[in-house]
Amino acid sequence: MSLPDGRANGHADGSGGGLVGKPVARPNIRRLIHGRGRYTDDITVPHMLHVAFVRSPYGHARINGIDAAMAETSPGVVRIVTGAEVSEICKPMHAVAEHRPGHKSAVQHMLAVDHACYQGEPVAAVVATSRAEAEDAVDLVMVDWEELPAVMDMMEALAPDATPIHPELGDNLCYQHVTDTGDAATALAAAAFTVEHEFEFGRHTAVTLEGRAILAEWDPVEERLTVHQSHQSPYQMQDIYSRHLGIPEHKVRVITPDIGGGFGLKINVHGEEVAVVAIAKMMGRPVKYTADRLESFVADCQTRDHLNTATMGVDANGKITSMDYDNTLSVGPYTAYIRFGLAEGMMAITCAAAPYALTDYHARTRVAYVNKGIVGMFRGVGVPVGCTVTEVLVDQAAAKAGIDPVEFRRMNYHRDEDYPLTTVGGYAAKSMSLHRCLDACIDIMEYDALRNDQAQARENNVYRGVGVATFVEAAAFGPVYYGPSGARVSTQDGCTVKLEPSGVVRCMTSVTDQGQGTLTGIAQIVGDQLGIGMDDIDVISGDSSTTPYGGGAWASRGMAMGGEAALQAGKALKANILDLAASVLQTTPDTLTLGGGEIRDIATGEARMDLAEVAKVGYFRQDTLPAGVQPELMVTRHHVPNTPYYVANGIQGAQVEIDVETGFIKLLGWWMADDCGRVVNPLMVDEQIRGGIIQGIGNTLYEHSQYDENGQLMNATLADYLLPMAGEMPDIKIAHVETPLTSTELGANGIGESGTIGAIAVLWCAVNDALRPLGAQVTKQPFTPEHILDVIAQAGRGCHPSRLESPV
Amino acid sequence: MNEETIEIALTVNGEQVTHTVPVRRHLVDFLRLDLNLTGSHLACEHGVCGACTVRVDGVIARGCLMLAVQANGADVVTIEGLSASGEVADLQKEFETRNAAQCGFCTPGMVLTSAELLAQMTSGGGVPDREVIRDHLSGNLCRCTGYQAIVDAVEATARARAGITMGEGA
Ligand code: FES
Ligand code: FES
Repeated sequence: MSLPDGRANGHADGSGGGLVGKPVARPNIRRLIHGRGRYTDDITVPHMLHVAFVRSPYGHARINGIDAAMAETSPGVVRIVTGAEVSEICKPMHAVAEHRPGHKSAVQHMLAVDHACYQGEPVAAVVATSRAEAEDAVDLVMVDWEELPAVMDMMEALAPDATPIHPELGDNLCYQHVTDTGDAATALAAAAFTVEHEFEFGRHTAVTLEGRAILAEWDPVEERLTVHQSHQSPYQMQDIYSRHLGIPEHKVRVITPDIGGGFGLKINVHGEEVAVVAIAKMMGRPVKYTADRLESFVADCQTRDHLNTATMGVDANGKITSMDYDNTLSVGPYTAYIRFGLAEGMMAITCAAAPYALTDYHARTRVAYVNKGIVGMFRGVGVPVGCTVTEVLVDQAAAKAGIDPVEFRRMNYHRDEDYPLTTVGGYAAKSMSLHRCLDACIDIMEYDALRNDQAQARENNVYRGVGVATFVEAAAFGPVYYGPSGARVSTQDGCTVKLEPSGVVRCMTSVTDQGQGTLTGIAQIVGDQLGIGMDDIDVISGDSSTTPYGGGAWASRGMAMGGEAALQAGKALKANILDLAASVLQTTPDTLTLGGGEIRDIATGEARMDLAEVAKVGYFRQDTLPAGVQPELMVTRHHVPNTPYYVANGIQGAQVEIDVETGFIKLLGWWMADDCGRVVNPLMVDEQIRGGIIQGIGNTLYEHSQYDENGQLMNATLADYLLPMAGEMPDIKIAHVETPLTSTELGANGIGESGTIGAIAVLWCAVNDALRPLGAQVTKQPFTPEHILDVIAQAGRGCHPSRLESPV
Repeated sequence: MNEETIEIALTVNGEQVTHTVPVRRHLVDFLRLDLNLTGSHLACEHGVCGACTVRVDGVIARGCLMLAVQANGADVVTIEGLSASGEVADLQKEFETRNAAQCGFCTPGMVLTSAELLAQMTSGGGVPDREVIRDHLSGNLCRCTGYQAIVDAVEATARARAGITMGEGA
């Protein structure tokens, strides 16, 4: 791959711009590559204390008492803080979605007070002069545990006779929802044929390489809180600390320095992090906490854990008419604060069938409380599940209809002329580019050649599979979605652009960057508006006290929302600069433009003065201006979408080979054609896609947080929990279909989750394609070698797990 | 009971260091906590992820699996020292141009591990192919990138050092 010079600059000819659309390298990557990153745990302040947590060794237990006497005498220990003490000064969490009638959740203390509901739940904190000493003393805190029966199986949890984990809720049903569009039962009964399948998605976790980390400093004199935190939204956490600890919001400052991976995990609120802040306030001293790997496995918010069954009906012409989809998931013992783990189920049933023009759809999601870790936000939020269920059924239907799966998709997609439309699950789509993306993906993967290769391989008794999967990602959720929920989630983003006296520019943005490259994109956008290059712009982010209020990083919104705010702020500053320059040059602003760092005459392109001269007049020589001219060289703009979300889409293709003797799966090739609207920086987009795909592959092939029947997590180390490493992963080829959004001037859509969503679906499709000649289909992820061998063996015994052949 | 400590003397990034450390402190905690060299990271403390990779007496080692006292008398190079030496400036430039780091938490380990492969090449190993690069990096976990850009960066550096330019699509 040959790349143009990464440090592209604005055009010197005065046309302005030239940065958007280019693979500009990230200015902020260099410190990371040189070991000069500054992550939360790297920060040390005088008088700092460290925390280690006492955690529940049981999946479910009552806490009858805590005896800290011995621990208090351990070297270095300053204080032991119990959950009850934290709750005296810190309001507990209660995540109830006001827009979801019937949703219920128990009150969750930051540290458990008398009831621990999952293994690893924090119940007390040891505060000591070093982390090692704090850990030593954790073992000396005597908790009087009374183990309770653990509810581990989501179906058993929902059974009428199940013991509720929280007696005050009455049962373990967190929420259920039914979507009915048309009449699925009648349509399925009338179908020429149906396909039906079961899908289990194992529970897994985010595994950010950097564990969650927080350093809280309380100034008892000014009653001010400063927090450095490895988090995706400093604004959200400012709000949490202010409300839960009763600190006026303007006295709370949350800074998010370099973050070692977010992926949605670090948008969640983890009680122990709030407890660290409470402890800092109690002690009047800085307190630091970093989750180690074991703690990350047991106490990070987790994800997925769905059971699904679904049926698809097809008419005699090969048209999908209908789908019935039943989804059940478990979200741990509480609904995650503040964004609701039930979203996993809602997203799954909403996104299912989205690319297809069927008319009759029935879906139900049921969300169960169990004694496992809490399910929070993670890349894709339920969409990989609904997408996979759909794509696997589509492949099975194509096989049954005897139509090539690519052709079958073309026949069944929404037609380009049918937009705007609402999908059967409820996505409002202004447009999608399904057909164009499919063509683009088929083209780069050389689909026909792969099919020929597959046929040849079969002759040599080699089982190769080719998968093609369509994904639809609702990105950049707006106020229509979160507003009515009652959760204080900011769905708008802002950008301030300031001309500095020397003619360079600072941007302050509310979006945060955990490596996605968002801040680079923002510099490119502002640079183009102001006609300057990357070297003349610095972007500041991740400080709730100095940047515009906003959402941070979530739901693939950085460019779609923060980028648009930056564009509008840049445009407004440009207008102000031209106004000022026009006063100086005694002309009208409409005769001037910006380019190459200069104010230029539009007609001739001639440079009239440079930005530094304008700034000099604006800041130091106002005496030379006509009376009444007020220079405004700093501008803020916010962007809030007027739609619930922006819909992005694309296709992934994969080629796999299955060793039917060992059950091992080899990844031979991977492709993706995406449409994320205007591509601000193709290098960043491609790398988001690749990283997302590898995560999706990991989720599907390896990752599994395995609990035993008592609620013990069995594989809480990186040696036991498998992740994708460089050796097994494929090179990924990418094509872009670029349909700029019409709702914003920038036209960028979300891309952060597309790779993961589509990768999971296409891997199911490709593996099933390889297994189809054997009459076998996978039914649960991760696809362990045992599972592959099991489904092959079952198929050999004539018992098809897919019920593919079941007559209607 | 207070912690048992031992005095160690070693070279870190070319500087002589003498320090009294708790015997149980591992090398990366020593580098981070005692020397404020925070470029070496910890992500498992179990020897699996490679985020803690440092160079000890010329060979890369997992700093979480080695006690500080075991480094007594050793020559330790961290990402800070390696960067300052300029030895991998070309590799780091390739990382930058190809966006081979996202969050950057794995990156110091990736750079040190890649540097070792590149050094083997210079000492007669030849330009490694992609599979060899992938294998060599397989002890280093990256959760953000798809590894491909890292492999590209190492391959491009190896080729450039050997005087070969990267072809289209490589
Ligand atoms: S921290 Fe040393 S290998 Fe992971
Ligand atoms: S760049 Fe984040 S772990 Fe590798």
